[in-house]
Amino acid sequence: MTLFLPELALLLTAVVFFFASLGKIKGARLQGLGILFSGLAVLISLYSYGMQGSLFFNAYRVDAFSQIFKVIIAFGLFIVIYLGNGLYGIDDVLQPEYFLFLTLSAFGLMVMSSAVELITIILCLEIHSFALFIIIPFRKKGAYRQQMEAGIKYALFGAAASGISLYGISYIFGMTHTTYLADLVKIIPGVILKKPLMLVGLVMLLGGFFYKLALFPMHFWAPDVYEGAANETSGFVATLPKVGAVALLIRLISLAGVDAAQFTWVLMAFAVLSMTFGNLAALVQNDIKRLLAYSSIAHAGYVMVGLLCATEFGYLSGVYYIAGYLLMNLACFFVIYNLAPQGENITFADLSGLYKRSPLLALTLAVGAFGLAGIPPTIGFTGKLFLFTAAIKKGMYGLIILAVINTGIAIFYYLKMVRAAYTSVESQASPLNLKLSTSILGIFFIAIILLLGTFPQGFMSVAREAIAAAM
Amino acid sequence: MEQYLIYNSLNYPILTVLVAVPLFGSLITLFIRGDKYLKIWGLVVTLTTAVLSLPLYSNFDLTTAKYQFAEFRNWIPFAKINYVLGVDGISILLVLLTTLVMPLCILCSWTYIKERFKEFICVMLIMEAAMVGVFVSLDTVLFFIFWEAMLVPMYLIIAVWGGPRKDYASIKFFLYTLIGSIFLFVAIIAMYVTTGTFFIPELMAHQFSFSYQMWIFWAFTLAFAIKVPMWPVHTWLPAAHVEAPTAGSVILASILLKMGGYGFLRFCLPIAPAATIYCMPYLIAISIMSIIFGGYLALGQNDVKRLIAYSSVGHMGFVTLGIFLLNDVGIKGAILQMVNHGVTTGALFICVGIIYERTHSREISDNSALGMLMPIYVTFLVIFSLSSLAFPGTNSFVGEFLVLMASFSKYKLVGGLAVIGAILAAAYMLRLVQKMVWADSDGHMHHGEKSHLFDLNFRETGTLAFLAIFVFWIGLNPGPFLKIMDTSTLHLLQQLEDGRKAMPAGHGEYHALLNGVGESIRHLVAFK
Repeated sequence: MTLFLPELALLLTAVVFFFASLGKIKGARLQGLGILFSGLAVLISLYSYGMQGSLFFNAYRVDAFSQIFKVIIAFGLFIVIYLGNGLYGIDDVLQPEYFLFLTLSAFGLMVMSSAVELITIILCLEIHSFALFIIIPFRKKGAYRQQMEAGIKYALFGAAASGISLYGISYIFGMTHTTYLADLVKIIPGVILKKPLMLVGLVMLLGGFFYKLALFPMHFWAPDVYEGAANETSGFVATLPKVGAVALLIRLISLAGVDAAQFTWVLMAFAVLSMTFGNLAALVQNDIKRLLAYSSIAHAGYVMVGLLCATEFGYLSGVYYIAGYLLMNLACFFVIYNLAPQGENITFADLSGLYKRSPLLALTLAVGAFGLAGIPPTIGFTGKLFLFTAAIKKGMYGLIILAVINTGIAIFYYLKMVRAAYTSVESQASPLNLKLSTSILGIFFIAIILLLGTFPQGFMSVAREAIAAAM
Repeated sequence: MEQYLIYNSLNYPILTVLVAVPLFGSLITLFIRGDKYLKIWGLVVTLTTAVLSLPLYSNFDLTTAKYQFAEFRNWIPFAKINYVLGVDGISILLVLLTTLVMPLCILCSWTYIKERFKEFICVMLIMEAAMVGVFVSLDTVLFFIFWEAMLVPMYLIIAVWGGPRKDYASIKFFLYTLIGSIFLFVAIIAMYVTTGTFFIPELMAHQFSFSYQMWIFWAFTLAFAIKVPMWPVHTWLPAAHVEAPTAGSVILASILLKMGGYGFLRFCLPIAPAATIYCMPYLIAISIMSIIFGGYLALGQNDVKRLIAYSSVGHMGFVTLGIFLLNDVGIKGAILQMVNHGVTTGALFICVGIIYERTHSREISDNSALGMLMPIYVTFLVIFSLSSLAFPGTNSFVGEFLVLMASFSKYKLVGGLAVIGAILAAAYMLRLVQKMVWADSDGHMHHGEKSHLFDLNFRETGTLAFLAIFVFWIGLNPGPFLKIMDTSTLHLLQQLEDGRKAMPAGHGEYHALLNGVGESIRHLVAFK
């Protein structure tokens, strides 16, 4: 029972929201409830770090690896709920339901990080996805109608991606007669080089998670969904599912063993195409959320660089990078969210003169954007340092040269954001007065992005234990 | 470690302090209100840093090429990244230059900066910490962090407090420098994967294969050549200089550009000696191009700041030329020339800032005939202009002379071409001085017609006088400055020599290109 505590904490949060949806609680009190219970979930998942054991006929494993992801997911949910004063983009009547499904979706991710059996994995993925399908179209009616498009796109493509994953599982099961990862890892490295079907099956299985990570070739939903969904939903979609996807990808890629050359080649091609496409497309965007969507496609490529190394150091840097990505991206969404009190989309024009309207938001945006661009001493720089080191250790110079050129391209659009925030136009927009709690969150983002970037040792030694537990 | 480092024996960790004091100072600015107090606070912090840095000079051990005042701490043990600081004869002058120039940057912004003083002081102090950090880091990752971290404050200095085209200039500056350094980043990681260390002296001691050296050499060279800047990647510099506020221009000219030269000396030469020797002719050719193009372009400018910016390209060409002549005199001349350029060009930019505050124009034609109206100002202007064209008795004369001497002793052709640059410098600086001081003036003061042209006040005089002292000090008695770099330069040449010896035969014809060109020109001349 204690093994299942973090998940129970999230379920409890969901139940609380369920009852809240029956009553008339809304606004700040509702958000307060959310902060309280998701904060509790963070504490509980921190407390249960270090527990070990298996549940449900060994289909569910609790170890250092799953626990660190649970902490990250609970923490991410906490931040998403905490982002601003109430939900700007959601209708009042729908707010409890919104929180309910948000929590359920995070719950799906949490159980996914512990799942070590293919059917269980798919089940967890679906728990997460279904909740998300429901909340993506939640958005105040207004000038915006894209939320419906976003909802349909996300649901249809999501269903297709799950289908592809299931299809891949059928191949794998057909060839190995097992769905337990612990058994698969003994069989697959021996056959993957001899039987192309196994490679096809494995890549198709990964497809479902590429979809969550928005990695090429399963990336196309991201821009439309980010743009169409409410700002707070985009902040969630952009970050947490990617953390869950990385957890699963680490488990699944390590199935193939270290010497699966063709497999590595496939992943390498995806990584390079993903970052190149993402960065080039981001250059011409005007909507900030759309830009961040393309940037997230590019970042999926960078994370893949670490994962495809299939070494301990590679996975380690992947975990570090995705945790950093979560923080930096949430910092950017935090700014977007607080800039749009009516829940509207933000363009470059809305950013201009931001440093006069609110120096703190401008600085948070600058730190987040420079972090995503990989400027030291942010977490993004240290993450790239580790990722590239892992890849060069494997001798993948070509990949790194391409990745580095991509970093150079990416600078331009991140700089464009900072530039917009720091150029002084004679804008008539009034100064933004942030609440104290919001300011604290902004300062927290700045501090943690810089501190975790400068002193990664603590996080890395924890993550190393986690990776050791998974392998 | 002991074979490379002499640990700090002062009663405070001097190098850490030099980075930490401005950094904490910048944090404290966030809690200070009122422009007046902010200015004073900025000045206090930079002056404190300057005073704290002086023991570097007085306690420096001239007899050793090891890194002194060193500090070592584990930082990220699992990736073997350490916090190692130290200075040697090459970097010490640049550290001192940084700490001494920064108070002047605050002083010259005293009335120039009109808005957002809090942010300005904060950014300037972060900048100082990063710049000192670049010169004292002995770990490649630490070096790179400071190297890149510097971009953001500099970008903000140009983008927020810059001139009309600040947007264009700041982004150009950022992109150029960043794209140069991303390959540096790959080279740093690649060297780590090969040798297992980020520690610079160990990397110097490691023997890389020739082709490997070529790769990392060009990765380094791209980054440093953009920073110096060398022709043809110099185009960001005039834009950045023209649009930056005075303090930004001074930092750019006095310190940022030096990082390129420092990078060549710290990375290219000792880590990739064979590749350096092999590529030397190309780099010399590019340096000559920088000298001549920089001078030629400066000749045609009507904007004072732009003129000085192009002259920087030419002067820094002498620095890279001196470095890549790869002999004792050349390298010493290059280091001295870096310091000189920092003093002289920094001072010239302060001069431009002072006149810009009065006339709000940087055009030469709007700032002409100041001689009668601002006698103190033009005295300083002439001193620094003469220094800029390497007039005997001033600091640049010594540096340029050493570089020219080195080039004549090695390749007469190179020396001959570099002299053209020196002549061009005289031409454009004298033209500038003639127009700004005399122009069509009839030698009489006309009262009331230009009342806004009041002469320098105490603060401005003090700022410029401090730099003028160095102009004559280095110009008349360069001995102490050259002595500081003696041992380290010899050690650097020894590293090059070892690197050359360790290379297999077949890479011996290093100088074929230059000798060939010289030979064919001689034939042509003889034929006529």
